[in-house]
Amino acid sequence: MKSLKFIFLVIILCCVGIYSCSDDESLNANNTGNFDRQAMLVNWVDDLIIPAYQDFNTKVTALKSASNTFESLPNQTNLNNLRQTWEDAYITWQNVSMFNIGPAQSTFLRSFLNIYPTNAGNIDANISSGNYALQDINRNDEQGFPALDYLLFGLADTDTEILEFYTTNTNANSYLAYLTDVVNRIDTLTNEVVTEWEGDYRATFVNSSGNAANSSTNVLVNEYMKYYEVFFRNGKIGTPAGVFSAGMQTPEKVEAFYKKDLSKTLCLEALDALQNFFRGTVYNQTTTVESLESYLDFLNTMKEGEDLSLLINNQFNTSRDLISALNSNFFEQINTNNIQMLEVFEALQDNVVFLKSDMMSALNINIAFESNDGD
Amino acid sequence: MFKTITTYLKHPVKAAPLAVFRIIFGCLMLFSTLRFLSQNWVETYYINPTFHFKYFGFEFVKDFGAYTYILYAITLLASLGILLGYKYRLSTILFFLSFTYCELIDKTYYLNHYYFVSIIGFLLIFLPAHCFFSLDAKKQPKLAFTHLPRYNIFVIQLMLFIVYFYAGLAKINSDWLLRAMPLQVWLPSLYDLPLLGDLFQKQWMHYLMSWSGMLYDLCIPFLLFYKRTRLFAFIMVVVFHVLTRILFPIGIFPYVMILSTLIFFDAAFHEKIISILRRLFRIKDKPKKVSLEWIPNLKNTIITGLLVVFFTFQFLFPFRYLLYPDELFWTEEGYRYSWRVMLIEKGGYVQYKIVNPETKNWFYVDHSEFLTEYQEKQLRTQADFILQFATFLEGHFRTKGIKNPEVYVDSYISLNGRLSQRFIDPNIDLTKIKDSWKHKDWILPFNDNIYGF
Repeated sequence: MKSLKFIFLVIILCCVGIYSCSDDESLNANNTGNFDRQAMLVNWVDDLIIPAYQDFNTKVTALKSASNTFESLPNQTNLNNLRQTWEDAYITWQNVSMFNIGPAQSTFLRSFLNIYPTNAGNIDANISSGNYALQDINRNDEQGFPALDYLLFGLADTDTEILEFYTTNTNANSYLAYLTDVVNRIDTLTNEVVTEWEGDYRATFVNSSGNAANSSTNVLVNEYMKYYEVFFRNGKIGTPAGVFSAGMQTPEKVEAFYKKDLSKTLCLEALDALQNFFRGTVYNQTTTVESLESYLDFLNTMKEGEDLSLLINNQFNTSRDLISALNSNFFEQINTNNIQMLEVFEALQDNVVFLKSDMMSALNINIAFESNDGD
Repeated sequence: MFKTITTYLKHPVKAAPLAVFRIIFGCLMLFSTLRFLSQNWVETYYINPTFHFKYFGFEFVKDFGAYTYILYAITLLASLGILLGYKYRLSTILFFLSFTYCELIDKTYYLNHYYFVSIIGFLLIFLPAHCFFSLDAKKQPKLAFTHLPRYNIFVIQLMLFIVYFYAGLAKINSDWLLRAMPLQVWLPSLYDLPLLGDLFQKQWMHYLMSWSGMLYDLCIPFLLFYKRTRLFAFIMVVVFHVLTRILFPIGIFPYVMILSTLIFFDAAFHEKIISILRRLFRIKDKPKKVSLEWIPNLKNTIITGLLVVFFTFQFLFPFRYLLYPDELFWTEEGYRYSWRVMLIEKGGYVQYKIVNPETKNWFYVDHSEFLTEYQEKQLRTQADFILQFATFLEGHFRTKGIKNPEVYVDSYISLNGRLSQRFIDPNIDLTKIKDSWKHKDWILPFNDNIYGF
């Protein structure tokens, strides 16, 4: 019967063992000589994410002060100034939009800041009724950068007429108030997110360095892919070019529709941001740190496989060339030569194969978040 | 020879191992069903999705919306019935039917171990596992036996043999043994495990794990069968499955396998377990020695015939892939129900394109409108999923006013670390194709070779 007791002991020990190991996040170990995911997370957060958010926050602060100046004195100079700060902030936004994780996710930052096309009808109604709560998620298309696009460029055809809305219009005060509210909302949300990143969330992010479905690497890379496919490829190119709507082009769905000549700039900035994240390019610099590219290279030398990161970078570059050849106003581009838009879409699509099929597989990152058992 | 075998199988042996197996199986299924419910998987897997991928030939199996929970309630009660040996026949039949029905609702969730559970559930219907240490045996003395013909235990052992041995055979292929794939992709990402994490970065470790995994699967059923190697084999079973549990998210499967292999142990071991249970729950029954004899009546003959057919099927069906051209890992034709586990790592990409032949207008489909992420993950890499969804889209866009929509697919797969290759012929209108057992010639040929089983 000695062996029986032994077997029982083995079973019990193992059950305890299995149980205590099933919490994937509870394990820590020092890694030497292999690719250090935690180092990658530290790089991401310190060299890419937080600097980008801080820069964006600075631009938003400038936007807010320009908006205050305009509110106290709505004239052409101050309008121009406000428009410029809006443009700067909108361009910088393209660098943080993909980081929909942690505070950005819980505050719905992207949803409140950049859902387009904006709902001009509802904005008009809000201004005339004065009855609106921008915190309401259903009102995400009545605020953010697209709403400012409408308020600063889309109210009328000429600047003089636009200024009249803020000066001589019977509702002028309501127009000014709405403008200020939208700007303040951007500022509040941005502040909240930046403060959290600078505070506790950095440690949370860096320490979730395992390989579980909810670890930082997995979640952020999944968000990166989702951003690439849904918000970048579809939002900026595919949807307005009509690839999802049976050839029905909807050029009015381009980003910065009212500003007209900004859509290409925003698109290129977003593409650069995506490639910079892939390469680990330090924000606003040219040096690179550990990121997906070096991770793939590390795994690649081990597998002696194809040079995947080279293929991905080449495809990013091809896409950049094609986008650069487009009209600076995508609305025009779609109306005059939509084929070129579709070519860009295909080029972006080709990189989805490398990123989603090859890279995700090589990094062993689960695409589905839903918990499930495997074989 | 035949006579020796039949004598061996008919020879009465103690019923305790089968009774313990019944209790363990009942317990595990009870736990597994509760776990399934507690994770809210009924909702996320069966109720929420608007579209379900059907098994070929089982298109009639529908989910019942919120009433799907009733099926789980039945599984739960039936597991309890099996555990207690209460209304055992009814319990096993209900368990097999309800469990299998749920599995058939959507093939997205196919797992070999669910298939294994269905099989065991099916076998239990025909095994008198309630004849000893059960409520049925207590209430109806005519059902109570202390000894059973050996085949009742042997069929479970044989099934376990098939699972392990076939899993081992499937590992004899060039990707697994000569390229250490897919372990070479999976293991490095587990870098933060204590001790093992660093080892998993080393290539020799991937090869060591691959080769030992193959040898383990092939040898373990034999080592379990012989008394002298049994204890060693069991320790191997425990180590192996604990390791797989730590490395991969495989739910309760390790527990199922560890505890199932106990059936290879002597009756003395199981009697010990039962006597512990007796003491624990203060059960006082001392059954008299009664032996259930195998007599060639109609019922027994039918059951025997059934088991012979069943096991012939189990031995042959996993080899059906030989009837298909091209690489099994690429087409996955004949991949399911064959105990092929952990053999492939696939990344995939798929994009559907709908063309209206009248206007020549085309557009892409946003899959997330119809599928969950889990479903889409399966869709990306399996041809039968791709075809089924194409058929669904054809119907959907018909109702949206396109008379004869054509459905094309842009699809790539990366298999075991190879660079992505186009999977489905992009010029084939999938609405013109009907699924069948035949080879899917619209799958593009694999541009590499994998040798072996």
